[in-house]
Amino acid sequence: MKGRSAASAGFGMLLGLATVPFWVGNSYYVDVASQILLFAVFALALNVLVGYGGLVSLGHAGLFAVSGYTAGLMLQAGFGHGAAAAGAVLVTLLASAVFAVLSLRSTGIGFLMITLALGQILWGIAYRWADLTNGDNGVSISTRPSPFGISLASAPSLYYATLVVFLVALAVMAAFERSPFGASLRGARDQARRMTALGYNVWLIRFLAFLFSGFWCSIAGLLYLYNKQFISPQVSALQASAEVLLMVISGGTATLLGPVAGATIVVITKYVVSAYVVRWNLVLGIIFVAIISFMPEGLVPGSVRIWGFAQRRWLARRATRKSLPGAPS
Amino acid sequence: MTLWLTLAVNSIAFGGLLFLLSAGFSLIFGLMRIPNLMHGSFFMLGAYFGVTLLAVGANFWVAALASALAMAIIGGGVERLLLRRLAGQELAQVLLTLGLSFVVSDLCLMIWTGDPWQPLAPSELRGVVRAGGMIFPLYRLAVVVIAVIVAVALWLMVDWTRLGAMIRAGVDDAPIARVVGIRVSRLFTLVFALGAALAAFAGVVGAPILSVYPGLDADMLPLALIVVILGGTGSLLGALVGSFLIGFLYNFGQARFPDLAYVILFLPMLIVLVVRPQGLFGRGGA
Amino acid sequence: MTALAVTGLTKSFGGLRVTNGVDLTVASGERRLIIGPNGAGKTTLFNLITGELAPEAGTITLFGQDITRTPCRRRAHLGLARTYQIITLFPRDTILRNVELALLGLSGLRWNPLVGLDRQHHLASRAREALARVGLDHIADRALAETSYGERRRVEIAMAMAQNPRVLLLDEPFAGLSIDERRGVRESLAAIPREVTIVMIEHNMDVALDLADRITLLHFGEVVVEGTRAEVVADPRTREVYLGE
Repeated sequence: MKGRSAASAGFGMLLGLATVPFWVGNSYYVDVASQILLFAVFALALNVLVGYGGLVSLGHAGLFAVSGYTAGLMLQAGFGHGAAAAGAVLVTLLASAVFAVLSLRSTGIGFLMITLALGQILWGIAYRWADLTNGDNGVSISTRPSPFGISLASAPSLYYATLVVFLVALAVMAAFERSPFGASLRGARDQARRMTALGYNVWLIRFLAFLFSGFWCSIAGLLYLYNKQFISPQVSALQASAEVLLMVISGGTATLLGPVAGATIVVITKYVVSAYVVRWNLVLGIIFVAIISFMPEGLVPGSVRIWGFAQRRWLARRATRKSLPGAPS
Repeated sequence: MTLWLTLAVNSIAFGGLLFLLSAGFSLIFGLMRIPNLMHGSFFMLGAYFGVTLLAVGANFWVAALASALAMAIIGGGVERLLLRRLAGQELAQVLLTLGLSFVVSDLCLMIWTGDPWQPLAPSELRGVVRAGGMIFPLYRLAVVVIAVIVAVALWLMVDWTRLGAMIRAGVDDAPIARVVGIRVSRLFTLVFALGAALAAFAGVVGAPILSVYPGLDADMLPLALIVVILGGTGSLLGALVGSFLIGFLYNFGQARFPDLAYVILFLPMLIVLVVRPQGLFGRGGA
Repeated sequence: MTALAVTGLTKSFGGLRVTNGVDLTVASGERRLIIGPNGAGKTTLFNLITGELAPEAGTITLFGQDITRTPCRRRAHLGLARTYQIITLFPRDTILRNVELALLGLSGLRWNPLVGLDRQHHLASRAREALARVGLDHIADRALAETSYGERRRVEIAMAMAQNPRVLLLDEPFAGLSIDERRGVRESLAAIPREVTIVMIEHNMDVALDLADRITLLHFGEVVVEGTRAEVVADPRTREVYLGE
């Protein structure tokens, strides 16, 4: 898609997004739309490492949860929304730094296992250290923030706030992708040894990318807390890390919108499945297996490939049919 | 004092179970260079399978062996039909096993529902042993003996048979093993099936102690992971030592620091991973 | 003035001593050729010089500065550049972007997460210049995946030259090239100004001997013969290394 058609498609999507509360049925679904957007931010954050950095993490749900829990606990302790949000971001950045220092000792499967272990440790704390985190009962908050005095208590107003944050995140990610730093990160993904010989500090590039990823995880975690007004240990479980990874790989890691598409697919599928079929884990697992086995580059590039193929075949068939005598033109 | 002794016996028994679980995991990790994230699933599925057979009146050992066989077939099938298609892409293979673990976990929930099953120990091993004025459950001691027997059998296989030599060659250097004519792909299928069988056997043997419940897979997998990281991938001796170590850490940790049980378990693994990632993963690492 | 000096450089892998007490002194502006049979440790020597491998013993100095402990990523900033025996370019990018990455490595701009890399016209034009010097500027915007092997070898050279190195290490720049491609690369190399010191590993004698001032023969990780072309060719040990043993 080039030029004008891309621009008009983009404008159409923006218009659609901006008017969701009007054409979506009831407030429950508007909340779902908000969730799609916040998980899109989460997926974009993970894609910084997976897609641009070539580092697959199975512990990112831990960072997401750290943010939500920090804000939730601070709010319960009596802090205001501003302080709670700032605290959440800071603590998550700290956690990201720890994650990075430990996991960047390795790449590939080693990186995967270290992030998995770290995520599991955070889950273990959320689940078992009940004195701190209230364990399985979770943490609930009574109010949503009121930025600039605007109440976010209603579903549409929360949606618009989430939409604004999502659009900012998208713009920042786009700038990151096109920037020299983004190119350095991708270069380190493709030829780490060569990059070092060219004068780049590969470890530092990855470390900073991890912090950038962690920052947006913290934003997504905050949005989640405000959306549900509740957070529980499940949010940090291995399954949650697998879900966000699925969002990234199902939408495709190579494009900016891939993770967004993936988040949309996964969240909607989760809700549809839960409503009609009871077992989400089963469906999640099957989709995961299918994508890994058949379309490792993700649904978006994969379907572009398949769609392009189908389109060419259809056009070719039309061309041959036209050239036959007696064929309708 | 008796509490500690009881804990100690439980730890040794648990260590024995862990060895049965981790030996297969270690072989798979050593040979195929992937942490099999569905290993806990094989344990749980095998346990459910065995317990079902027990419920229809089968002999305990028959149930355990039949379950091992069933999981060997399933494991072999998974390797041959799914993992082999991704040969050379270890990261993709790991994610595949993760996806499958979700599938198995939900299938088990659908088939066997959420109630835990706890079968009785085989009738010949019920009862207690009295020693030094103390009472120890006979079955737990039996589990240790079983683990040792299996350990010896595995060691004999790996060190003394041709198959074992091929496995060791594959663990050392799979590409070179191929070059000298070892059918490494078939070896992968075999070892994966063997690992699944061992896990299933462990699941059934462990059922009278741990019971079988949804989430058993998620409880056991991290333990296998930790044992193998600590003990070294592909090393049966490492799995043996690691299993008993973790058995103790787990039980005593649960008793003394229930809040931080998970952290206590994962921390040594993390330290090892961080300090020596290359030594553990060879090809798959940095 | 000595551009590159290596003394007593030693490196083993397990029990195998790959580099055994190598001494090498290359004068500024010199064209040094390193030859030797397969397994002689030539590429390992390069990896030690660039810092991609750490030596067990010995020292490396660049224009008098001891760089033995300097991390690999700093050595590029000190004027060291290299090409690789196995092509290690960035496969998902265009030729132009490949050269831009080489230029970016030495610029503070590489840390910038805000501006667009495509808008850095000064960087792009410098990259095009570097490509022009190897005759590839007409396909600068082509994806790397669509280029020939010979073109990729020249991209490697363009990237190395774009770094404005003081010392250039070329690892088998002629490997796998056709006769025409070899001529193209030879011209590019001959055109490199004398301010740049060149150390080249090469098997292909016809082209390489022409370009060399002095030759060093390595065997089993040790320097066996060293001297001018005439001296090395005449030395009986050279024949021994290649024909005997």
